[in-house]
Parts: sequence; structure tokens; C-alpha cells
Amino acid sequence: MADKMDLLEVEVWDGNMAASQAFRQVQIDVVAAYPITPSTPVVENYAGFLADGYVDGEYVMVESEHAAMSGCVGASAAGGRVATATSSQGFALMTEVLYQASGMRLPIVLEVVNRALAAPLNVNGDHSDMYLGRDSGWIQLDTFSPQEAYDLTLMAFKIGEDHNVRLPVMVHQDGFICSHTAQGVKTIDDDVAYNFVGEFQPFNAMLDFEKPASYGVQTEEDWHFEHKARQHNDLMTKVFPQIQSVFDGFEKLTGRKYRIVEEYDMEDADVAIVAMGTSVESVRIIANELREKGVKAGVVGIRVLRPFPLTELAKVFSGVKAIATLDRSSPNGTVGMLFNEISGVLINTNDNPIMNNYIYGLGGRDLTMDHIRSIYDDLIVNAEAGALQQPLQQFIGLRGPKLSFY
Amino acid sequence: MAENNGWDQFDAGAILFSFNDKVDNIATTHAEDRPYSKSNSYTASVGDWRVAKPIFNKDFCIDCQFCWIYCPDISILSRDKKMVGVDYDHCKGCGICVEVCPTNPKSLLMFNELADEETELAAWPEKESKEK
Repeated sequence: MADKMDLLEVEVWDGNMAASQAFRQVQIDVVAAYPITPSTPVVENYAGFLADGYVDGEYVMVESEHAAMSGCVGASAAGGRVATATSSQGFALMTEVLYQASGMRLPIVLEVVNRALAAPLNVNGDHSDMYLGRDSGWIQLDTFSPQEAYDLTLMAFKIGEDHNVRLPVMVHQDGFICSHTAQGVKTIDDDVAYNFVGEFQPFNAMLDFEKPASYGVQTEEDWHFEHKARQHNDLMTKVFPQIQSVFDGFEKLTGRKYRIVEEYDMEDADVAIVAMGTSVESVRIIANELREKGVKAGVVGIRVLRPFPLTELAKVFSGVKAIATLDRSSPNGTVGMLFNEISGVLINTNDNPIMNNYIYGLGGRDLTMDHIRSIYDDLIVNAEAGALQQPLQQFIGLRGPKLSFY
Repeated sequence: MAENNGWDQFDAGAILFSFNDKVDNIATTHAEDRPYSKSNSYTASVGDWRVAKPIFNKDFCIDCQFCWIYCPDISILSRDKKMVGVDYDHCKGCGICVEVCPTNPKSLLMFNELADEETELAAWPEKESKEK
């Protein structure tokens, strides 16, 4: 039996420690890990907890991230609670197995501490790895701070392991800006946290000797389409109700409210910025500043990237005149992902906001308050003109001549 | 696998169950007595791409069970530690059983898939004499 850890009501944790503590509190059966910066401390701290008797589980050291996720797939299919963490190149190496995990409907939790993808090699935070995972069939939850990393990591198990859902969940946090930045994190007592998530309930476990199951079957043109359709259907119809139910339960337990779309001052907003990760908090500060000056500024944070809350977002953007989408990943030859997604949200509505796209923060480049002010300035101009007054896509915080397209 | 199943009629994750019912003591139950489901390959012929097949000659077999232990596809049929024959619905023709057979002459030999069993048994090789 694992020892309990006495936690202060508020602990000073960075995002990595917050995730490690959530891992510890849900008493994972198997962690198979190949640590990589900046997510290393997630599994390093966890290994420490296990060695010190705070976890009753198995920690499997493997030879690569591909093997780490493969180990997770095996352990999850066998019938245990499973999680790991990774970043960037490690995430890229896991990609093949990510599709295996979701296709086999294995509720693995993957803490993704977002980091840029080489080349050039870079250990700092951007969203390239998160974007790489967006068609993999996983649920993707995005967090903006260590507190949220703790809360959402706990909730991820309860969301993915539900027998109606049975899908793996990524919890994203920004490399260094969140993962290595210590903040006061409100904690939950060990027993309370564990009871909230609940004991793992195996489902069609491979190691159920009374009813053994085969995982990883082959289907060709005869059945492949049906299985993929089933997975897509479950992502589209079963995940949001479960997320909402878990968010509601969590609010009752802690008073901390999470929403599928993290709208901020959007009720009457004329101009709005859509962002992900730690940038959401920065943008809110400037939105407050603008509100004091009489500008109706709002912010939309993407809490759930997959499945994508298209209809919920359409309601939130109703009446907005100009929208900027902030993408922290190089689109490499087109508009940013968020620009496409939000355009898709609005195309069949009666709203016709002016939209533009900003590429920022690649490889950990800072997004400054002045950058955000300049983006809102563009939006105000566009809203007043009723037409796009700048290039559709602009790079922010880049050295050299102004770079823009379309 | 049931035919004409719609996308909403599968177990999530494309998993397949070997047995129709819950089972116990499966290790001590002979294959033919197990409640295999349709999706288990026990009820399917999966040896049709074999190009060479082992033929068993019981006249020389000493029931050592090497072939039974080494067969990677559980295709050597054995009962009460007596060799019975080859399960041609599942044998892929890898030839491992022939390799490990210790008798002289061998009790299992590989032949073309289309070879006639009676003909080959009648023309089975003689015992090889050891060179001095």
C-alpha cells in the first residue's frame, strides 16, 4: 500500500511537478517512460515518488519514446491505469504508436510539455508537437498554467477511462513557461483526489483469462472504414458530455471552474484574440487593459483542441467584428491551424467577422505585452473598417523585415 | 465476424474475443472442446498460402514431442503425448518440425504442397547409415 503525502493547501509547484503529483495521486499502474526536455521532471519526480513508497505501481524504463508509448499500449490493453510524458522529438517518435493507442481505444494519459520540433534543434516551448498530434484520434486538453496542468491531468484520467469514451488523452502545457515556472498551486488531498478520479475499471482487458481479447487486429477495405468511423463518432458524440460532467464534478469538489471553451469577456466583444497555452493569460491582461479604455476586447482560450468544439465556438463568436488567431507553430506553407479551424467555425454562420492570423513564439520566442497590444490595434482598425486592413498572415516578434502573406 | 455489421455494431477498438462464453481451465481443455468464437482463427483455414507441407510418417515417430513444442502455430496435433498428425488448416509450412525431428529417417519431411500423402509415405527414405 502506497504512503500518503501531506500536502499544504497551496504548494509552490511548476507545471512538471503539478503533473507528477497528479500522476502520483491517481496511483497509476504502469508508467513506461523515456524522459526528454522539458518534460523530464514529470517522470523523474514520479520515479522518485515510486522509489520513496508513495506509489504502488511499475515504472518501466525503455529505449525510446516509440518503446515508451508501446509499453503504455501493452499495459493499457492488459488492463491497467497507464500514463507517460514527452515533448517534441520524443512526441514525434511516438506518433506511430499514438494512432495505435487511440485506434485500440486505450485510455492512456500523455502529458505533453510542448516544445519546438527540429531542425534547427530547440528545447524551448512552442506548439509544434501539439499540432502534430491533432489528427491522432486522442483527446487533447490544453492548459495555461501549473494549476491547470495539475487539475486537467487529474481530470484527464476520469475523462478518458470512462467506459463510454475509452480514448487516450493528451494534457498539454507550455515548455518552460509553464513546465519550469513555479506558482502557487491549490492542492487536493490524496484521498479526495483519488476518490474523485476513482479506481481504475478494466474494460475488455487482454489479461482477463476468463474472456481474453485480441488487440491490434488487421482490417482492410472490408472493415477499416467502419472502425475509424466508430472512433470518430465516439470522439464527436461521447467526449464532450463526459468532459462537461467531469468539469462539473471538479467544480463541485474544488470550486475551480473549467469550460470546454474558455471565453473571457466575450459576451459583448467587438474584437477577440484566440490563443492557446500560457499566451491566453497574457492576452487576458491586455484585454483587461483595453476594457479600461472602453474597447470591447475579448479572449478565447482553446481548452479542448480535440475533439474540436465547433458549435460551441460559433456561439461564443456571435457578434464579434474582428478576430485574430494566434498560432505558435510554423504552418509551413499555409495559414495557421487556428485560423483554419476558426474560419470553419464561422463559415456557415450569419456572422462575418474580419479574420487574420499571427504566427508567434516559435522556439520559445517571447510574446510581449506590446505584441499583444499591436494585435488588438490591428483588430480595432479592421473592426472599424469592416475589412481586412493588413495582410492576412503576419509574423510577430521576428527579426528582420516584416514578414506577412496573403 | 458477423456479416453486414454497421460501424456502430463493433466492439470499440477493433478488439476480438477468442471465445463466445467465459472460459475457465482453458489450459486443460482440448482445442476442439473450447467455445471458440467465429473471429478466432481456430475455426478458419489460414494455411492456404503454404507452398510446402510436412507429411508425418508414424512408423518412425518416437513421440518425443519436439515438433509439438517447436511448432510456432500450434499445428502439430498431439494427444496424451502421442503424435497424431498435422493441422493443415493452420500449418504455414515453415518446416521447423522437420528440422527438429530426431529420428532416422525423419518422421516428418517437407513435400510440395500438391504432393500425394500415400505416394510419399510409400516412397519414404531408408534409414541413413552413419559414416565410420
